[in-house]
Amino acid sequence: MTEPQNPDASADAPVSASTRGLGDWLDSRTGYRALIQSALYERVPGGARWRYVWGSTLVFAFMTQVITGLVLWASYSASAQTAWESVYFIQYEMTGGWLLRGIHHVMAQAMIVLLALHVMQVVIDGAYRAPREVNFWLGLVLMTLVLGMALTGYLLPWDQKGYWATRVATNLAGLVPFIGPSIQQLVVGGPDYGHHTLTRFFALHAGFLPATLVLFLVLHLSLFRKHGLHAKQPITRPDAMFWPDQVLKDAVAMLAVMAVVLGVILLPALRAILAGEPIVSGHLGAELGAPADPSEPYAAARPEWYFLFLFQFLKVFEGWGATGEFLGAIVVPGATLGVMFLMPILGQWKLGHRFNVLFTIAILAGAGLLTAMAVHEDYYALWADRSAFADVEKVLDSTGGDSEKIAAALGHDEKKIADFENRRHKLEAIRRSEAFLSAVKQAGIDADRAIELAGRPEKIPPTGALSLVRSDPLTQGPRLFAQHCASCHAHVDPSVEGAEQVFAKSSAANLFEFGGESWVRGLLDPKQVAGAAYFGNTAHSEGDMVSFVTDDFTDEDVWNRSDKEAVVFALVAEAGLLTGAENKKAIKRGQELIADTDRCGSCHPYGENETERGYAPDLNGWGSTEWLVGIITDPTHQRFYPDTNDRMPRFGVASEGGLPALTSEQIELISRWLRGSWYRPAVNKKAEPASVRH
Amino acid sequence: MTAESHQEPTDKKTERRSFLTGALAMLCGGLATVPPLGAALWAFLDPLRRSSGAATFLPLTDLTNIPADGQPRQFPVIADRIDAWTGFKAEPIGAVYVKREEGSDRVEALSATCPHAGCFVELDKAAGCFRCPCHNSSFTLDGGIVAPSPSPRSMDSLECEVNKSGAVSVKWQNFYSGTEEKVARE
Repeated sequence: MTEPQNPDASADAPVSASTRGLGDWLDSRTGYRALIQSALYERVPGGARWRYVWGSTLVFAFMTQVITGLVLWASYSASAQTAWESVYFIQYEMTGGWLLRGIHHVMAQAMIVLLALHVMQVVIDGAYRAPREVNFWLGLVLMTLVLGMALTGYLLPWDQKGYWATRVATNLAGLVPFIGPSIQQLVVGGPDYGHHTLTRFFALHAGFLPATLVLFLVLHLSLFRKHGLHAKQPITRPDAMFWPDQVLKDAVAMLAVMAVVLGVILLPALRAILAGEPIVSGHLGAELGAPADPSEPYAAARPEWYFLFLFQFLKVFEGWGATGEFLGAIVVPGATLGVMFLMPILGQWKLGHRFNVLFTIAILAGAGLLTAMAVHEDYYALWADRSAFADVEKVLDSTGGDSEKIAAALGHDEKKIADFENRRHKLEAIRRSEAFLSAVKQAGIDADRAIELAGRPEKIPPTGALSLVRSDPLTQGPRLFAQHCASCHAHVDPSVEGAEQVFAKSSAANLFEFGGESWVRGLLDPKQVAGAAYFGNTAHSEGDMVSFVTDDFTDEDVWNRSDKEAVVFALVAEAGLLTGAENKKAIKRGQELIADTDRCGSCHPYGENETERGYAPDLNGWGSTEWLVGIITDPTHQRFYPDTNDRMPRFGVASEGGLPALTSEQIELISRWLRGSWYRPAVNKKAEPASVRH
Repeated sequence: MTAESHQEPTDKKTERRSFLTGALAMLCGGLATVPPLGAALWAFLDPLRRSSGAATFLPLTDLTNIPADGQPRQFPVIADRIDAWTGFKAEPIGAVYVKREEGSDRVEALSATCPHAGCFVELDKAAGCFRCPCHNSSFTLDGGIVAPSPSPRSMDSLECEVNKSGAVSVKWQNFYSGTEEKVARE
């Protein structure tokens, strides 16, 4: 450069001179060259090593969280009616939102792993020793802050998972003696979970904690620079400079971390491609459960995997009550952290360093073991063979679990009893695991449905996605039915295996596709009407309807084939559930037959006939939502069975001053669910309805 | 580095090696930051992808509610509105001034949004003109500029339709403010 022999090179000279001039000017004003110099040309005793990369990867991970977190912040809205909704929007409707959220979510988990590696490297290398004690303590503070950010971030989507996990975490904070309840109330933002829980968690997650973290990070890094890198002993190789040797290793490690994070996000996409399935980008990256609902049990609640060991650890103290939880959630973890704080001092003693290393390994191994135990318990049913415990189940069923009776059943043989108890515990473990797995499955179904509802062209109402879920027949119907109807009524497709057994156990009609063509055909089938799927197990098993279907309706002189068909069509039309092409003529004929006072109309009020209400159900609007709502509300109403109601409760009628068993909204949800009337996404998306976007 | 580079003949080799190491380090570090920065930028630019959609005629009122006296009256524009994830049903999304000349069935509508800087133009009945409270732009009852005015153009007229049964609807549109020309926002 100093000997411009090539005449062409002289053309560059003014440019480089002016840039150098600018650089000189900037350097004289800022001293940036010295700054870069001191940042890059740090001596690394013994040369660059892979084991030194963890601190740098943590800084990189934190920067990634800051970048992705800020943009997430730009689209997130912290309130009980908008948190889930805005996260849904980020995940499913914003371009690249799934990737942004995925990186933030997975990198948070990567950070926990990197933290563990960094702590391990520092302890094993004895890097906490004098004069680096304070920096070790700063590091522990940083670790606590990162864990705090992980904990607070989990709640922000306000889905079932985060909500219930946070309830547990904050309740545990309430166990601290004296100030616990106040701490809990401060964190939750009041006596109950809601808007202020979110605003406070968000302020902690995106404000207080990262700001504190940056402060401590600056101190951590400046002390690191002050004391220099603690080299692995003994030093066998020549020293090197931080730039470029160690920087290269750091950069490769960062790239590897990012590759792993992207891999975790994109792996399901790869699987979908291999399976030939379409990729839904919203399903990649971070999960979003159903919106948080304090009234809906959530048996699938578990903390994020890196806190699973604490969750499992609490089980060690089962049966100790609040004391046990206080010990498990606060005293033991606190003491562990306390020992770590003492490590630099302990390390001065002869065997102190060995103790520190062993202690760290023991903690990590213990956490690993507890995590494995938790996973094992939850997923036990996946590999355990329940059928091997059929004999235990049989004994339990026949004895009702009574220990006296069990002993008698086993002939009071102590060895047999001990063996039985042992296997009974295993069976219970399988049952618990099955319950957990089915809760996880249900949580997935609920989440998918909530997301489907949120994606309707009308979008989410201002009252939030929870109100959508709560007013969705497909979500609520099965739950309400199971709770209120299933003790008598079956809801099983008659064509599936085992349906007959279910019908035999039920004491009222099977309501699967009630009002639909196949249900009506079954009702009017002389072989089925008195069967368990219809009137068989009810007080009407020998009633007039049964004898009508078995006798009159089979008389071909009165009821010819096409008239019978016409009645079927007319009834299904009344329910509004005709699926095929509408045969208006047949329906009209059917309506005439139903109204005819010599036929159906002799008992049933319908149309223009003047049959009195009260003897048999009114068939006007039979099977419609309104009709179903009516009969569920009050089956003894004049319209249905005022005198011959068979055990069916009046779900919508309250005794004086009381509340009915079901609200009118709940009754409508059951009715709509029975009729299969719920939102279904259009197969090919049509243009959105006239609406204004802002 | 520069201080060390004048010592031994192996220096050139070392220098080249460390240049390559440095370049590789920068490459790896740069690559590692691409996904977070890329995803952040990609998601941050999402709003540019969204449009207000084509302008549609929205039902406003009935012809009988607009006396044929040449006096403008303010009506809210009601429509279903989607704000990111929330769908609002039948919400006021803006306002228009509507008037009908004596003996006429023709309805004229002016957007209440000031073409200067987007404030809400008020009807000053006493003075018989429109006035914007922000920068004092004044307009005649027909929407024309009253000079001197900071507004570069007259008030934005909106297309109106009156059907056979007398229902009045207006083509609801937003326009860029501050320009002499009236350009609709997409």
